[in-house]
Order: sequence, then structure tokens, then C-alpha cells
Amino acid sequence: MSQNYDDDMLVCRCEEITVGEIREAIRQGARDVTGIKRRTRAGMGLCQGRTCEKLVQAILRQELCNAPEEISAATPRPPVRPITFGALGRGEVE
Amino acid sequence: MAWESGVQFMIKKEVVVIGGGPSGMAAAIEAAKRGAEVLVIDANEKAGGQLFKQIHKFFGSSEHGAGVRGIDIGRDLLKEAEELGVEVWLNSVAIGLFAEKQIAVETGTDDAEKIVRVVEGEKIVIACGASENVVRFQGWTLPGIMGAGAAQTMINANRVLPGKKILMVGSGNVGLIVSYQLMQAGADVVALVEAAPNIGGYVVHASKIARAGVPIYTRHTVLEARGEGRVKEAVICEVDGKWQPVPGTEKVIEVDAIAIAAGLKPLAELAIMNGCKTKFDPILGGWAPLHDENMESSCSGIYVVGDVTGVEEANTALEEGRLAGVAIAAALGKITAEEAETEKKKIWDRLDGLRSGPHGEARMKAKDRQLADFRQLSAAEI
Repeated sequence: MSQNYDDDMLVCRCEEITVGEIREAIRQGARDVTGIKRRTRAGMGLCQGRTCEKLVQAILRQELCNAPEEISAATPRPPVRPITFGALGRGEVE
Repeated sequence: MAWESGVQFMIKKEVVVIGGGPSGMAAAIEAAKRGAEVLVIDANEKAGGQLFKQIHKFFGSSEHGAGVRGIDIGRDLLKEAEELGVEVWLNSVAIGLFAEKQIAVETGTDDAEKIVRVVEGEKIVIACGASENVVRFQGWTLPGIMGAGAAQTMINANRVLPGKKILMVGSGNVGLIVSYQLMQAGADVVALVEAAPNIGGYVVHASKIARAGVPIYTRHTVLEARGEGRVKEAVICEVDGKWQPVPGTEKVIEVDAIAIAAGLKPLAELAIMNGCKTKFDPILGGWAPLHDENMESSCSGIYVVGDVTGVEEANTALEEGRLAGVAIAAALGKITAEEAETEKKKIWDRLDGLRSGPHGEARMKAKDRQLADFRQLSAAEI
């Protein structure tokens, strides 16, 4: 699956982040999914990284020559699914 | 935000199950059967999870429900849960899991007002399942390219064809079964590509689509998807022993959809958020929360069952759910420890049976590693 890692290929389609941008973030010092997220916004869109997390991990692994278990998962934060402020505001909490 | 402001929580339940698929419903039923008050939260308009897409018959022995279609297992589960008085919230999404076992749940659809409620469970079962892996190639974001599971939902749940000329990527059981079901639904599966040298899934499934004339290309991958506004062509090519494309072997295939069956990853966000210890295992689909023989995670009172704790199959998910349900009933004092042990022993025997044979053995070893890692973790803490 490592073929065709062109820099212009999309990785995070929610935030439209490419392979090239992720490689650049690694050059700037990103070493995990969170580091990539902070620098590029990859994984911060509608799907919260459910689609691209593994792709980002694969690029990290390739660029850093790491084993899969050395690349941690992203840090999930609430809300883990998209939700409107309206729904939050109407909460049935006293 | 509302759930962080030290508010009074209105809803309390003995057991809250997040996810009404096979593992979640099984956990709910076993706990409710023994007298626990159970709430199931499910994101969809109908519970049952992937079972309602599984129109094929299951394998295994009769005690595992072999020969029964997933859709029938799903219907029976929902009926049993209803009879036992299990409360089910549909169109309800758990958006966070917090200290003191509080779950923020958004309920509603786009047509109805959505609200967020906080539910507190004495015991929580995380049964969120898994999400599909994608494969990246030039043009993979074009409309018409989707997960094989998504294609299966479209045909079997929504009765919509994703396309007429479909390329399937991946020859595991999902790729093979969905290919056949796409053909049954009236689509043409123009080819199936598999990067590995051999077909991944059961021979019986592969034979069905081979007999129907679908060309199966092993040692092949998708290089590119082309099209304006929608996928129109797929470029496939051979790969060498290091998974690299072999130049000059490209073939262009006319398609209007590409389905990707490249495995799944556990949807473990809620467990990770809550601090449950995880471990990476490629056999189980990546990072998955560890658990003990009761399916309880490293966070006391939080149980993890089904694909969340390692991608397997619906029948193992059902048994894992049952384990958690029985263990929870014992922990809540609904049954004695001895009663629970007898029941759990039976379930573990069935699980061992399901995790045998050429396709099950790797999973059995991976699940054993998971239990061993959990024991190590507990030992380190003591």
C-alpha cells in the first residue's frame, strides 16, 4: 500500500490536507498524530480523523522508519461526533 | 460546556450500553435477563448494527448460530431485548465519556430537535464497533469510491445501488461477500484486486464470485482513480514482493464505483478518552483497549466488547457481549459469583471454538496476548 505517495495526494479530506503538508510537518518536528494535527489540522474535521488517522500513521511510519506500535493513536476529545452548538445548548441538564 | 459545569445529572441507570450491535445487544440481554436495569444507546434509527446487512448465513457450529442469517439473529436479539424490558434510545450518539461514568448523548435527527443529555451508568459497556480502513491512491477521494461496508449498507439496508460497474479492492471475507451481494443486487463487479499473492477470505465465498465470472487479480493494486466529478476509470497494476507497482503492468478498467475492503479499525475513542489502557495489535485492527476475562477494561466498571476491543466477527462479538453481561450481573449482585463462573465458562468454551481453525487461530493468539498484557498491567499496578 506504499505506492504512489505523491505530495499532492489528499490524506485528510475533511480539512484538505495533502501528503506533502504532512511530510513538511514531520520535517518541522511532528513525531505523532497529535503533532501532525497541531501543525496541519489533519484529523480535526467533520470525521475527527476516523478516516485519515491510519493514513497519517502510515506516513509517519514511512518517514520516521518506525514500527506500527511506535506510532500512537490520536488523542480523542469530546465531542467525538459532530454536534451543533444548538443541540448542546438545549441540553436537559439543570 | 454543559457536562463540565458541576450540574445535577438527571438520568442514572445500572447499566448503559453504548452501541446496539451484536455485542452491545448481547451484553444488554444477559444483564437484563438477570435483573439489571439496562439502557442501550444506538446511533442509528434501528438497533442491531451490522447484523441487518448480513443477509448471508453464518458459519461455525449450530451452537454459534451457524446456518442462520445475520439479519435473523439481529431480529431475534431486538425481540428478546424488548421482552426483557431493555430501554433503547435510537438516533442517539455518545459524544463523550467522562469521569464518574457519565456519558454525553446527543439524541435527534436532522428533522427533529436534537438535544444533549448526560446519562450516568453504574456499569458501562462500550460496544461501538469498528470503522472501515481506507486505501490511498491517486483520486481516492472521488465520489463513487467508498468502503465495502458502506456499499453493503447501501444495497442491503437502503436498497440503493452504489454503481453498476464496481471494482472491489481487497479479498478478505468482506470483499468477497459484498462482491457477491452487489451482483445479487444487480450490479456488475468488473474485477476484484488483492495486493497479497493469495485470496484472503474463505474459499467458499471466493468460488462463488469466481464462478460468476468476476476476474480476481491477486498481487494487484489500484494505482489511480480517474474521472470528473465521479470515478469513471480505475487504473490497476501488478505489485512486486515489496508491494511496489510494477511499471508497464497497468490496466485501465471502466468503473462507476470502487469499494474498498481493506479491514477495519476499532472505534475506541470513548475508551481511550476515559483512560482505558490500549495496545497496538495488527491482527486486531490497530489500537484496542485491553480487558480481563470479564471484558472489563483497565477502568473499573467500564467494559469493552466486540470490534472495539479487536476486529473479529459478529459471532465472537455476541459471545464477548454475553460475557460482559453475565460479569456485570454478578458485579451488581444480581447473581452469585459461582453462577457467573459456570455461565462464563460456557461462553469462553464457545469463544475458543469460534477462534479456531486456519482463520481463527491468529485471532485466538492475539486475544490471548491481550489478556496477558492486561494481567501484566494489573500486576504492575499492584
